[in-house]
Amino acid sequence: MLRFRQQSVLPGFGIAFGFSLFYLSLIVLLPLAALVAEAAGLGLTGIWNIAVEPRVLAALRTSFGLAFLAAVADLFVGFLIAWVLTRYQFPGRKLLDAVIDLPFALPTAVAGIALATLYAPNGWIGAILAHIGVKIAFTPAGIFVALVFVALPFTVRPVQPLISEIDRSLEEVSATLGASRWQTIRYVIMPMLSPALLTGFALAFARSVSEYGSVIFIAGNLPYVSEIAPVLIVIKLQEFDYRGATAIALIMLALAFAALLAINLAQAMRRRRYGHA
Amino acid sequence: MRIRVVDIAKDFGRTGALRGANLDIRDSELIALLGPSGSGKTTLLRVIAGLEIPKSGKVFFDDHDATAVPVQQRRIGFVFQNYALFKHMTVIDNIAYGLRVLPGAQRPSKTLIRNRAEELLKLVQLSGLGKRYPRQLSGGQQQRVALARALAVEPRVLLLDEPFGALDAKVRKDLRRWLRELHDCTGHTTVFVTHDQDEALELADRVAILNLGKVEQVGKPDEVYDNPGSAFVMSFVGDTSSLPVEFDGTRLLHEGQPLNATFGAVRGGRCRLYVRPRDIVLSVPGADRLPATIVSIHRTAAGRRAQIAVGRAATIIEAEIDIAAEITSGEPIGLSFAKGRVFPE
Repeated sequence: MLRFRQQSVLPGFGIAFGFSLFYLSLIVLLPLAALVAEAAGLGLTGIWNIAVEPRVLAALRTSFGLAFLAAVADLFVGFLIAWVLTRYQFPGRKLLDAVIDLPFALPTAVAGIALATLYAPNGWIGAILAHIGVKIAFTPAGIFVALVFVALPFTVRPVQPLISEIDRSLEEVSATLGASRWQTIRYVIMPMLSPALLTGFALAFARSVSEYGSVIFIAGNLPYVSEIAPVLIVIKLQEFDYRGATAIALIMLALAFAALLAINLAQAMRRRRYGHA
Repeated sequence: MRIRVVDIAKDFGRTGALRGANLDIRDSELIALLGPSGSGKTTLLRVIAGLEIPKSGKVFFDDHDATAVPVQQRRIGFVFQNYALFKHMTVIDNIAYGLRVLPGAQRPSKTLIRNRAEELLKLVQLSGLGKRYPRQLSGGQQQRVALARALAVEPRVLLLDEPFGALDAKVRKDLRRWLRELHDCTGHTTVFVTHDQDEALELADRVAILNLGKVEQVGKPDEVYDNPGSAFVMSFVGDTSSLPVEFDGTRLLHEGQPLNATFGAVRGGRCRLYVRPRDIVLSVPGADRLPATIVSIHRTAAGRRAQIAVGRAATIIEAEIDIAAEITSGEPIGLSFAKGRVFPE
């Protein structure tokens, strides 16, 4: 049975709930509904036909595959940075902490151009890498670099408060019981941080899938190789193929939604098991 | 296991520092580290555990120098005041943790670990609660799980940091008695930190009293209570009042009025007389008694206490008086002392 209202000392359930629903509908659901409506003109077969076009398939694979890899990379790096920023005192810590948010603030196109300049065969890093025959800019690797950059804050921020909340006595008791540092991290720290890590991963993944501005400057946008789905959508739009563009958008939306839903369900299952987040 | 702590210094730049602490802990004894907050008692416990590295001094486990042995290899059981249970593990997994993290060659089989954990669960009287999570247990139960977890690794010494501090009075009392029984049947050398003198006196074989980063006195509860070695020990262990007095070589005087005993005073000059509430004798004013006035009387669980203003300076001391005694506040009385100790000012 669905139960709505719960007794609470804080008033205003009706108004808060109503406003949230209204706002969510207006800001999020309505545009998405328009998207679905536009794509619906194609019919399911029409959408399916577009989805299996080799160029679309390749773009989707590039988008989701690289977003996944970038989110994984950010998961590790983000955790490490969050750990260092929370656990250690060093000069410039506050400054570094502020720097983490820069990818949020910077127009992504600027980030893309900066990265492309750095990693181009004649750029600072690109030139060094070119010596050993590694090419970053204008390849899928370039997309990966850009995504890692823009999504980084998402894996740092959710983990930080949890790390600072970890009771030191838990680590100490683990050590007194003979656990090595690695075992303490593996069995004591990680289980406590995993919800936040998963949240960070989900956000970084979502951010990476949707990223456009920084990628286009560094990717080279070669069809079948380094072309991401959002670029393909823009190309379709420029060709006045609105239906085709919305179809790809809808497919991306469905895939992203499925991925995020799966992560949220995993969180909920975990909560049910341990009774807390 | 015997533990010897020699000249440990640990500087924090804040309270709880140690300044040359020495302590001998005997095999199989239950010893309390008692002291006010900031006296260094927890720091000393953590140094023994290996959770703090001392700046100087040594810790010996039996005859081995353990000062440089990392905490993981000391084989100690440590119990924190806040239990420090792993919230994401069941009770049984918490207890088995120390066995599960053993290196492959020493690790018992899964069934053995399980059996051992169940055994310990029974020992701490929580059989049947193994599948629960810590948050589903009461504070007292959680602390017993923490103890079982510490016992699982067969520690050479049990170190308890204010183990009952977070529990309410009734549970604390039960758990105290239970810990004493457990100690008597397992025989672990056990060191526990407390700021509660009743807890220390009731539970421990010996009590070490810490003050300002040093061990001030070690002894059986009777010894530290009846024969305190310093003014600090006397006033920290048990209720005590004190009066400024003067020793002229033969007599003890308060504001020129001689007392009827010297209470072990040896050095001449200004000093202080320390007395327990029950050793203060109230009677009618007289030549051989200190003039005093009852300020107030209040009831305690066991009897009555009177606040008494002594002499011209009206120094307040606290005396135990008989429930039946007919005394009212404001009444002038004469004081004498059945027992007391004099320490230099």
